[in-house]
Amino acid sequence: MAGYTAVTAEDLAIMLDAIGVGSIEELFDAIPAGVRLDRPIDLPPGEPEQAVYAELRRLAQRNVSAEDEITFLGAGMYDHYVPSIIDMLMSRSEFLTPYTPYQPEVSQGGLQVMFEYQTAISELTGLPVSNASLYEGPSAVAAAAYLAKLVNGRPRVLVGRGVHPHSRATLETLAVGYGTEVVEIGLDDGVTDLDALHDALSDDVSAVIVQQPNFLGALEDVQAIADAAREHGAVTVCAADPLTLGVLEAPGNQGVDVCVGEGQSLGNRLDFGGPSFGFFAATEKHIRSMPGRIAGETTDVDGRRGFVLTLQTREQHIRRERATSNICTSQALNALAGVVYLSWLGRRGIVELGELMLQRAHYARETLAALDGVGKLHDRPVVREFALRLDADVDRVLERCAAAGVNAGYALGRSYDEYADGLLVAITEQRSRADIDRLADVLGAAVAAERAGAAAEVAV
Amino acid sequence: MADPSYPDDLLYHPDHDWARLDPAQPGVATFGITWFAQDALGEVVFFDPPDVGSSVTAGEFYAEVESVKAVSDVIAPLTGEIVEVNTALADAPEAINDDPYGAGWMVRVKLADPAEADGLMDSDAYVGTL
Amino acid sequence: MSTSDGAQTSQQRERATTIFEKGAPGRRAFRAPDLDVPQVDGLIPEAQRRAQPPRLPEVGEPEIVRHYVNLSKRNFDLDSGFYPLGSCTMKHNPRLHERVAALPGHARLHPLQDPRRAQGALELMFDLQQSLAEIAGLPHVSLQPSAGSHGELAGVLLTRAYHGDRGEQRTKVLAPDSSHGTNPATVTMAGYELVKVALDRAGGVDVDDLRAKADESVACLMLTNPSTLGIFDPNIEQIADIVHGVGATLYYDGANLNAIMGYSRPGDMGFDIVHFNLHKTFTQPHGGGGPGAGPIAVSDRIEPYLPRPQVVRRESENGGRPTFDLDDGGRGDSKSIGRLRGFQGNYGVFVRTYAYIRSLGGEGLQDVSEVSVLNANYLLARLREKVGDRLPLAFGERCMHEFVLSGAPIKKELGIRTLDLAKRLLDHGFHPPTVYFPLVVDEALLIEPTETETRETLDAFADAIAQIVAEAEEDPQIARNAPYTTPVRRLDEAGAAKRPRVRQEL
Repeated sequence: MAGYTAVTAEDLAIMLDAIGVGSIEELFDAIPAGVRLDRPIDLPPGEPEQAVYAELRRLAQRNVSAEDEITFLGAGMYDHYVPSIIDMLMSRSEFLTPYTPYQPEVSQGGLQVMFEYQTAISELTGLPVSNASLYEGPSAVAAAAYLAKLVNGRPRVLVGRGVHPHSRATLETLAVGYGTEVVEIGLDDGVTDLDALHDALSDDVSAVIVQQPNFLGALEDVQAIADAAREHGAVTVCAADPLTLGVLEAPGNQGVDVCVGEGQSLGNRLDFGGPSFGFFAATEKHIRSMPGRIAGETTDVDGRRGFVLTLQTREQHIRRERATSNICTSQALNALAGVVYLSWLGRRGIVELGELMLQRAHYARETLAALDGVGKLHDRPVVREFALRLDADVDRVLERCAAAGVNAGYALGRSYDEYADGLLVAITEQRSRADIDRLADVLGAAVAAERAGAAAEVAV
Repeated sequence: MADPSYPDDLLYHPDHDWARLDPAQPGVATFGITWFAQDALGEVVFFDPPDVGSSVTAGEFYAEVESVKAVSDVIAPLTGEIVEVNTALADAPEAINDDPYGAGWMVRVKLADPAEADGLMDSDAYVGTL
Repeated sequence: MSTSDGAQTSQQRERATTIFEKGAPGRRAFRAPDLDVPQVDGLIPEAQRRAQPPRLPEVGEPEIVRHYVNLSKRNFDLDSGFYPLGSCTMKHNPRLHERVAALPGHARLHPLQDPRRAQGALELMFDLQQSLAEIAGLPHVSLQPSAGSHGELAGVLLTRAYHGDRGEQRTKVLAPDSSHGTNPATVTMAGYELVKVALDRAGGVDVDDLRAKADESVACLMLTNPSTLGIFDPNIEQIADIVHGVGATLYYDGANLNAIMGYSRPGDMGFDIVHFNLHKTFTQPHGGGGPGAGPIAVSDRIEPYLPRPQVVRRESENGGRPTFDLDDGGRGDSKSIGRLRGFQGNYGVFVRTYAYIRSLGGEGLQDVSEVSVLNANYLLARLREKVGDRLPLAFGERCMHEFVLSGAPIKKELGIRTLDLAKRLLDHGFHPPTVYFPLVVDEALLIEPTETETRETLDAFADAIAQIVAEAEEDPQIARNAPYTTPVRRLDEAGAAKRPRVRQEL
């Protein structure tokens, strides 16, 4: 077998003798006969490394990745370039193979990375306190609703329909356990309907949750939403796209209490959806209600600067059934990629990247909306992603584009019945003007062909 | 405070809490935790006080005190309404270790029934339970 | 090895500086692509435009690399040495897994790619579901949960949905005193009241206490078997009968699955819901604390409530190869509890787990459990022989894949705590075991060597423990002040908690 164990016949004899048993099987005597597996595990036999590599390569080849097509698919995860230093640093044994820093004296590397990561997230969001990361974006949204429940104990949260469908669905699932009612606030011309929000707000609302930019790519008036929430003492939660925060105002400067989000675009691969990380930042007064690990600065007995996990009494291993969350660890390795990426991007780079996406998104939006049978789904300002309406069957248009080697984006009808004709198009620094022009050609042709086909069907 | 001490002028609750009846203000008592409790907890890093005006019930918890790796409920020795909390503990929770019967006091309570104090232990009786 | 002679290591002489304290204005690593479209001003309303850009570091690539490589050297890691952290299963991470996970067809696959163009990924996930079902002895699997804690939450919410569907309102969840903290925390987040079940003298569930507490108000019993004490509960069949007798579900915390593969399966023991820790049993690297993955396997009666989307296989109608799809359960009429997170789960972890299972096969997985149990019992035997009176086994005579020693005698007799022993181990080049868990053992030391380690390593570790105990007999102060050789020495955790500094001031 291709195992990773190393017991020789001689080892076995010595070890069994030291234990005082005659065989390995005897060590399993405590397992009652009634619950024993009386046959071998029914799985294919083990294979050598080269065979397993070949099998995984075969499976990889049956996927069409961002390497194989020009992709404008986003909707929560984005095809940004991952710099080579991230591969190199993430594969270092010292980062890859330890566990949570339970012994800080030999975990200063990991703890300092967490501290630096927290600093970077704090800077991005404009909020003073960040944890060391959560599982991923949508569950971080649900975690923010739990913080609000702990803080004010109110029975209802309001969530904008522009929040990622997966975040809303996750919130619905977990709110059953919280005992919290989730009420959706509809959209008006692409953004959260402020009148509807005002009507729904009351003093029993625990939190108001919005996304910036929202799922349709549109900029929300976060300040106005936070102001309305504050009037009723509700916690404002903003789910943000971190790579837009070089050009968009920090949520912390707009009255937001908790800012969360999906961290994939910060130096993490697409990986068909994970692992990535979720970030979670808040105002100072919520620090003791935060979920997850937090690293803090301190000194050792000789006065040297060092780092430890701090405020651990919030956590499940100490507070148990009264913990602020059941989460055990963070996504340390993915958060490392996040802080390395932000250092690589740097103070100027994050603005330049945001500006580049802004300009290209504008160009793409105007170019595509000028095509016959294509229009804007809303007129709101956007940064990196925008929604179109097609006068043709969206799935069939996408199929035609894919055949031409272009992934034109996300069919909004997969998540929104009211936007069955909608297409969501995402821009990253990897999509050049030439790529956008190619999309315009392919999309224009696909829409035209579908309309001609539909017209032909009607004629028949 | 390095050595155990259980002053005679205090009344003790079996959950390691003390009450001091205020001779100047009959019907008002000060609460805190005993030397034994702070020693078991270790270095205190945070005290989460209740709100002034809230009511406390004898035998039930009214606040939390935290060390680095433990959280403890603080139990009310007597029933009443909180009239004052020790706000100095926010910045200097170590007073609970250093001076548990003085600067480490936690709340002052207007007692619902001063006679309830008769049910608490004196110093000797409490030391006998340790 | 230095002890208390005041000599500093080179790392100790260097003050820690963060990346935010390095660099200089104007330095950079990223170069933006040229702006290749017409520049348009005013695309973002002034009120929404960021006035002050985030103060990220200004550093070049060489500076970033040196900073993080030097930081990495301030970590102890599994590739460098023995890491017997109980209940965490710190086993070798095969590098094949990193290589295959990085193949662009996996690593650059978008989660919302049309399933028809993600057939390899869906096939892999479907096959992994089948393999995990066989290992658990339960037929239905959801890969979605992101970690063990997330799997637990899924499990308790599944229980809620199951009872809710039958018109039952149950309010309590039972868990033994020895449980992981995630169990009670999960119970609260899922809206239940936790009721603790006592342990019997052998470290198993006290069956009488369980019987007294199990009634129609109980939704679930959460159990780890073998327990966090490293003991397989011999009464498991009786426990399952009691729990099922009152209509509750039995939940298996899979933290200790590494002990029993090939010998028993949670499904055979009567469990309804199981979570796996792919980062424990199935070698996803721990990453310094994540990522992991916590898939769940369930029985037929729980299946209708599983999270969606679910990977399904559709047989070809004309005899061709089957196809794979994501089933989101449709809209409205599904009994599913819904989503637990975005997308389909931690696929990168699934790739590694799949590779591991393909490498080992059923026989190899059984070998894993056999050697992990052999190693644990051998290390236990060596420690009992050398320091059995100072560090006695907390429960029983033998163990499964891990065991708990009590440091109570060394505290009482030598004046050193388990913590001191752990810190002194750092000077010997070992990562200490889990300390002060489980809570039911005074001064606990939870040791899990895993199948990875050779006999020589186990001997060396036992020798180091014996040496530390002998040293403490002479001079307990050495252990009390340890460690001496690490990048920093004991840290002021109380100071950190009193006045939290959780980011770099700029």
